[in-house]
Amino acid sequence: MTWLLDLTPDEWNAVRLSIKVATVAMIASLPPGILLALLLARGRFWGKTLLNGLVHLPLILPPVVTGYLLLLAFGRRGPAGAFLAEHFGIVFSFRWTGAALACGVMGFPLMVRAIRLSIEAVDRRIEAAAGTLGANPLWVFATITLPLILPGLITGAILSFAKAMGEFGATITFVSNIPNETQTLPSAIYTFTQVPGGDEGALRLTLISIVISMVALIASEVLARRVGRRMDIE
Amino acid sequence: MTVSVDIHHQLGEFALEARFESAGRLTALFGPSGSGKSTLINLIAGLICPDKGRISADGNVLVDTAARIFVPMHKRRIGMVFQDARLFPHMSVAGNLRYGRWFTPASERYAKMDAVVDLLGIGHLLDRRPAKLSGGEKQRVAIGRALLASPKLLLMDEPLASLDEARKAEILPYIERLRDETKIPIVYVSHSVAEVARLASDVVVLSQGKVAASGPTEAIMQRLDLLPAEERGEGGAVLDTKVLRHDEAFGMTVLGSQAGEIRVPRLARPVGATVRLRIRARDVMIATEQPTGLSALNILAGTIAAVRPGIEPAVEIAIDCNGAIVLARITEQSKHTLRLTLGHKVFAVIKTVSFDSATTGAGLSVEADG
Repeated sequence: MTWLLDLTPDEWNAVRLSIKVATVAMIASLPPGILLALLLARGRFWGKTLLNGLVHLPLILPPVVTGYLLLLAFGRRGPAGAFLAEHFGIVFSFRWTGAALACGVMGFPLMVRAIRLSIEAVDRRIEAAAGTLGANPLWVFATITLPLILPGLITGAILSFAKAMGEFGATITFVSNIPNETQTLPSAIYTFTQVPGGDEGALRLTLISIVISMVALIASEVLARRVGRRMDIE
Repeated sequence: MTVSVDIHHQLGEFALEARFESAGRLTALFGPSGSGKSTLINLIAGLICPDKGRISADGNVLVDTAARIFVPMHKRRIGMVFQDARLFPHMSVAGNLRYGRWFTPASERYAKMDAVVDLLGIGHLLDRRPAKLSGGEKQRVAIGRALLASPKLLLMDEPLASLDEARKAEILPYIERLRDETKIPIVYVSHSVAEVARLASDVVVLSQGKVAASGPTEAIMQRLDLLPAEERGEGGAVLDTKVLRHDEAFGMTVLGSQAGEIRVPRLARPVGATVRLRIRARDVMIATEQPTGLSALNILAGTIAAVRPGIEPAVEIAIDCNGAIVLARITEQSKHTLRLTLGHKVFAVIKTVSFDSATTGAGLSVEADG
């Protein structure tokens, strides 16, 4: 077992970076994910089908295409990238933040889908009951809807995290494969497989990535079950 | 508190056209299913907006489509108890009860937690989750939750309809206490004559989206023609009576009413308690002379005040007994044979055993419940 933890500093950095990128991607995706899921579950507006298609696009497109589109939009010269860099000092290209963006975008359809399904399962008559008790729509959402969709929220978040842990194509296309900056676990494994004698390193990182994924999945399962039991919907 | 409604609302083929005003303690919106009573109560609560019209409560306009006013439900301060309790599954009973308090300005909070919990007898449930409650308990918690938001008006949408008889009997006394011990006016939707006769001070009868009649319960309950077909047998006079004494030897209670003494099966109410008694028209016989050698114990003297055609082959006879109207439903043939006409002196005969818990509220009383 010790050889498993006997990582070089670069390898440790890849592990840490992957967890950081996936966590940031997951947390940053949550607010827009909830908003879009609400819109898709309950909104009635023109272009809903189109919006739904757009949200699902990263799931269907080759990751390389998504990465390239991100590069065009959020690269230094891209319209969004230039704007953000100039006004907010946020730079994505060839930074870990860019990896987080790519991972967030790739996991977004999975997150929105899980949250949307749980919103659709909420009994709106219970929300109406809260309304008659004096809660305005914002309060109803915060005190009734949000707690009721918590299991779906957890599922969506974990799916997004898991997707981010495994994301490779879009990330390497958008922010390349720079050790200690944008080299996540998959990129590091890929690098090992490209050099002679890299098999042992690739295997070590592969095992670590399996452990992280399993722990995340089991944790989410336990969490979701505990929340579900607490609610015990009638 | 006066609730006044004058609206038009179209739901597909169905048009709801209602205009009424009510200032009663407990106003029943009464009618068969599909008559529009639930839609009406949803309009008052603000769950839906009418196509056209105006609703006001106590002079405050809630909706006025002409003036483009629509007060959203959370600002109306109108409590609502739904047929399905709609408790919040992720909160304990106590959490459910406290929910409305957050949103009520402190100066307008008149409902006290302890008093409401006592009134509804739900003290032992506070820590439980809604999923662990029986149907009757859920509904009591739902009533408590609505009360603790300190509403200006309480709406109840068939709160007993999804419960069995035993659970109904469990809740009815609490609604009576609510009516008698709190100051909140109540609008109560029901299709049951038994519930309306027992609880309501005023009735608005709805039929196919229109108000067929409205007025005090005693007057409306005598209009058998207004009742839905399946409930017509339940119609009859409603008398306010007082327990005079109990006849323990024969297991009876003697009630005093304007029409005279009425013997009913032993009620679990103390002497002096008021009992709202419903006398089903189909349970009343008519004699033209003081009957003798008759097993029926209740014989009330009176004069015929009205003769109305009923559903064939019956006619409905209203008998004025010392100012109180007792309604009898008899056959056309009997009316003919006895030559019953207006002003005729007659005797209304009612068997004691024809009274049951649905018409006396016996065994449903709070005293008996505890």
